[in-house]
Amino acid sequence: MAWANQDKTAIVGVGATDYFVRGKSWPRTINDMACEAVLNACADAGISVKDIDGFAYYSGASAGYVDKFDSASFMETLGMPHVSFSAALTSGGGGCPGAIGLGTAALMNEDCKYTVTLMALQQVPTARLGTVFGKMAPNPENSFLQPAGLVGPGHLMSVLARRHMHLYGTTQDAFGEIVMATRANTHNRPKAIRREPLTREVYDASVMLADPLRRLDFCLETDGAVAVITTTMDRAKDCRHKPAIVHACAHGGQREWGRAFSWMGMPDPHFASSGHQFTANRVWQQSGLAAKDMDVALIYDHFSPMVLMQLEDYGFCEKGEGNDYVLAGKIRYDAATGKGVNGGIPVNTHGGNLNEAYIIGMTHIVEGVEQVRGTAINQVKDAEFALVSGGPAQLPVSSLILRSA
Amino acid sequence: MAHTIAHGPIAYGPALLLPGDQIDITTNPDTEPFWQAAREHRLTACQCADCGHFRMPPTPRCPECSSNRQEWPTLPGTATVFSFAICNKNPATGEPYIYVPVVVDLDGAPGARLNANVTGCDAEDVRIGMKVSVVWTAINEGWVLPNFTKA
Repeated sequence: MAWANQDKTAIVGVGATDYFVRGKSWPRTINDMACEAVLNACADAGISVKDIDGFAYYSGASAGYVDKFDSASFMETLGMPHVSFSAALTSGGGGCPGAIGLGTAALMNEDCKYTVTLMALQQVPTARLGTVFGKMAPNPENSFLQPAGLVGPGHLMSVLARRHMHLYGTTQDAFGEIVMATRANTHNRPKAIRREPLTREVYDASVMLADPLRRLDFCLETDGAVAVITTTMDRAKDCRHKPAIVHACAHGGQREWGRAFSWMGMPDPHFASSGHQFTANRVWQQSGLAAKDMDVALIYDHFSPMVLMQLEDYGFCEKGEGNDYVLAGKIRYDAATGKGVNGGIPVNTHGGNLNEAYIIGMTHIVEGVEQVRGTAINQVKDAEFALVSGGPAQLPVSSLILRSA
Repeated sequence: MAHTIAHGPIAYGPALLLPGDQIDITTNPDTEPFWQAAREHRLTACQCADCGHFRMPPTPRCPECSSNRQEWPTLPGTATVFSFAICNKNPATGEPYIYVPVVVDLDGAPGARLNANVTGCDAEDVRIGMKVSVVWTAINEGWVLPNFTKA
């Protein structure tokens, strides 16, 4: 059944700071970067920052790994006169595109007129992700994980990737192809952190951090901030740009995935997956569409194998066939035609978390908006539908289908 | 050179256990019986006293029948490797150190898993499906951690 809120709201503004290599944004504060992103998103939308009356966060309103957003602080800093919606999806980055659904719920409930969804990230030396978890005494729950030396996200993802290789014959060649194919999309992006073309030789020489994963299979560690503004379709018509229509949006997941790699209890076939099957089914049901109907896919790529597993969970290929799908070149973007390669659908035309920047998923929303506006740097020809995914991580994971106006 | 790194197995050498003196745990009333049993070198898992369903880590309620009655049966102490990673740096010091975090299926406790290190073979010889048996590692504050060795 079609989603009740289908095509009722739109993303009308996107804004970002520069992207900095981890730690290089100091002495700017994380709050200042968040404000810049919000102000840029408002300018892009053609509204005043004082029009914002809704905050739809994800990651429990976390700002990176140690800081926290607070709506009252934003009002104090940016002067919004009142707020009538302030809420967050739970858990972590998996909720990123789902926060647009949270904002849509607020807008359709007439709680507010403009919602902002944002993330800011700054890793000063005391706040580095792996370090943060590795040096804390684990809580009772994590006392069943951390003593094994599973302290960083790369360790955890490596265990899932290994199981996928075991079950389906997936190769490290496919992981390398994911990194190389998406790297090919950053050479013309001034803000991207990694722009050098990536050869197989360089990938193969990348240091093994958590076998089977190399450094280049890990996403970037970026400082910066990204914000997007969502509003109702009637207001969207008065904004500066063509609206990026919210066609479908879902968050959640199933118990078999649950806490995912914070738990490691997932039965097959969920263990060697992205945990997105349930949410994928929901957005396809909401929209009446399928993977083949997407013109571009912005797939959360904190670790390269997780792109492959999401391709399977969203039905771009069958379960267990991600390796062959990727190695057939089907995630590549062909600049000459503005289309995919070998019958595939271009993935991460912005370079993704692996190559452009990692702001916990927000850059994928920005690229989705630019694609359906028709203003993307690596524009997919006649892009009508863009899929944006968040996670894979502890539930909720989420996804969003944007539609061109 | 680069290609041999990618396509040949890396010769890591012996899979080590992480040093116990850098490992801390905390407990709560739901999880403490597991760790008290470990102190006595007894491998257990949380089992529902009403419906028999196993769950790990221990949680306050059974996800099948909602009972809060727990049992802690003594397990055989053997397990099967479900998946693993090979890591090459001590997470506490950053120094080179070869260890293999494994996720294992516990014999005698269907559906219950444990995350641990495995030893008793070279890291590159660890395999999914490999049979392992428990070894006990003394850790901080008098606690004991179950790890595994190749059976």
